[in-house]
Amino acid sequence: MQYLLLISADEERAVTRLREAAAGSFDTWITDLEQRGVLRAHVGLHDSATATTVRLRDGEVLLTDGPFAEGREQVGGLAVVDCADLDEAVAIAAAHPAAAFGQVEVRPVRVS
Amino acid sequence: MTDDVERVLADTFAQDWGRLVATLIRVTGDWDLAEECTQDAFAAALRTWRRDGIPDVPRAWLTTTARNKAVDRIRRERIGAQKVRSLAHEPEPDLDALDSGISDDRLRLLFTCCHPALSLSSRVELALRTLCGLTTAEIARLFGVPEPTMAKRLVRTKHKIAVAGIPYQVPPAARLPERTPAVLAVLYLMFTEGYAATAGPHLVRVDLCHEAIDLARVLAGLVPDDPEAAGLLALMLLQHARASARTDVDGALVPLDEQDRDAWDRAAIDAGLAELRRAVRRERVGPYQLQALVAACHATAPTPSDTDWDRIVSLYDELVAVLPSAAVQVNRAVAIGMASGPQAGLDALAGTPDHPVRPAVRADLLRRLGRTDEAASAYREALTRTANQAERAYLQGRLRA
Repeated sequence: MQYLLLISADEERAVTRLREAAAGSFDTWITDLEQRGVLRAHVGLHDSATATTVRLRDGEVLLTDGPFAEGREQVGGLAVVDCADLDEAVAIAAAHPAAAFGQVEVRPVRVS
Repeated sequence: MTDDVERVLADTFAQDWGRLVATLIRVTGDWDLAEECTQDAFAAALRTWRRDGIPDVPRAWLTTTARNKAVDRIRRERIGAQKVRSLAHEPEPDLDALDSGISDDRLRLLFTCCHPALSLSSRVELALRTLCGLTTAEIARLFGVPEPTMAKRLVRTKHKIAVAGIPYQVPPAARLPERTPAVLAVLYLMFTEGYAATAGPHLVRVDLCHEAIDLARVLAGLVPDDPEAAGLLALMLLQHARASARTDVDGALVPLDEQDRDAWDRAAIDAGLAELRRAVRRERVGPYQLQALVAACHATAPTPSDTDWDRIVSLYDELVAVLPSAAVQVNRAVAIGMASGPQAGLDALAGTPDHPVRPAVRADLLRRLGRTDEAASAYREALTRTANQAERAYLQGRLRA
């Protein structure tokens, strides 16, 4: 099964917290997943102030400066993992360094 | 003959509904199909058994019938050719294997219902539906919501299990310690609902109590090093031993100190005490063991006046430290009221949070202090807090006295 991991945290503090996290803990996380062959995709994002939100209303493209949901907690990274079941996906999410101060939402990917 | 069929079916339903559903989920992977085919098998049994007689092993007949219905349904819907093949190769039910510890499909179902990715109420609701065979209407009443709302909640929970890939399994040994507490909590809720039904004509729903005790026994066998699992089993056995003495011939509640102690189930008490001894030997005491120790104080007192209330108060002191729930605090006040007199009990009760039984406890303490008018108004308040007819009958009796 494929799961999307939405990694989010308090943006103001995330940068420092990640820097303070055990040296190389993020690299360890990625390397482990790559070696196990479960990582299908992974991206890290620039901060939410750089986001542009797009809506089409009555045929007109409307742009908003910023993320679609305002708030302190913002998505900072995404990963897609392919694993046996939710238990394995939860273990992967819990091992992400940001899980210690932010949160990881685990969503099953729809297969058509 | 007809009565026999209905009686055997009712017994089989109470004992085996959960096993049948659990097995069918394992072989079909489809929760709704499993429930529907189990239901269909019971309906078919009513007709067939009346015509052909009751089979030697009703559960085996029902398992085979339910499985055949599942095969038919899957074939008809022309989906999952793979499923039909694997079902066709499923061996005839081996009842010995089904009944023994880890191969009991109910454990898979129980751990899956109690997965931490589900909310606590979802876990209980789904366990009551799939394991205990309560109808959606009954579960809706328990949780005080309209039936369509409960139906939607059950659908949502099953949908999440299927779509989010919650595995249908007993967790691997390394995960058991972190997964067991959630299962114990659901089993105890199942038991307490059976022990003091929140609504309806009967105080005790024996089938629910038996199912919870049975599952706790299987679970305690799976995690022999977990003293709280043995503690919960002990607690349920000791409480359930008093079941038949808890209501009078008219179905009204009989309080502990007025119960006929000869009517208590001695075998269940002995079994409970043995479990409790096994548990406390591990010297890792927890809420279930403490509550079982309280229950043991009552179960071993030959008469109400022999009850060691000082020991019960000290057990409640320990319990409040680890489990400061409203029910525990109110019960501690009851114990103090017995150990040190009604005024001390009333003082202890003054600092407790609200709880459905709190007015009844207050009423009883006021009555013992001779403050009759205040007691009467507290009994009237207590009547507004329970829909159980046995409890209401008891409170109305007190009010008349």
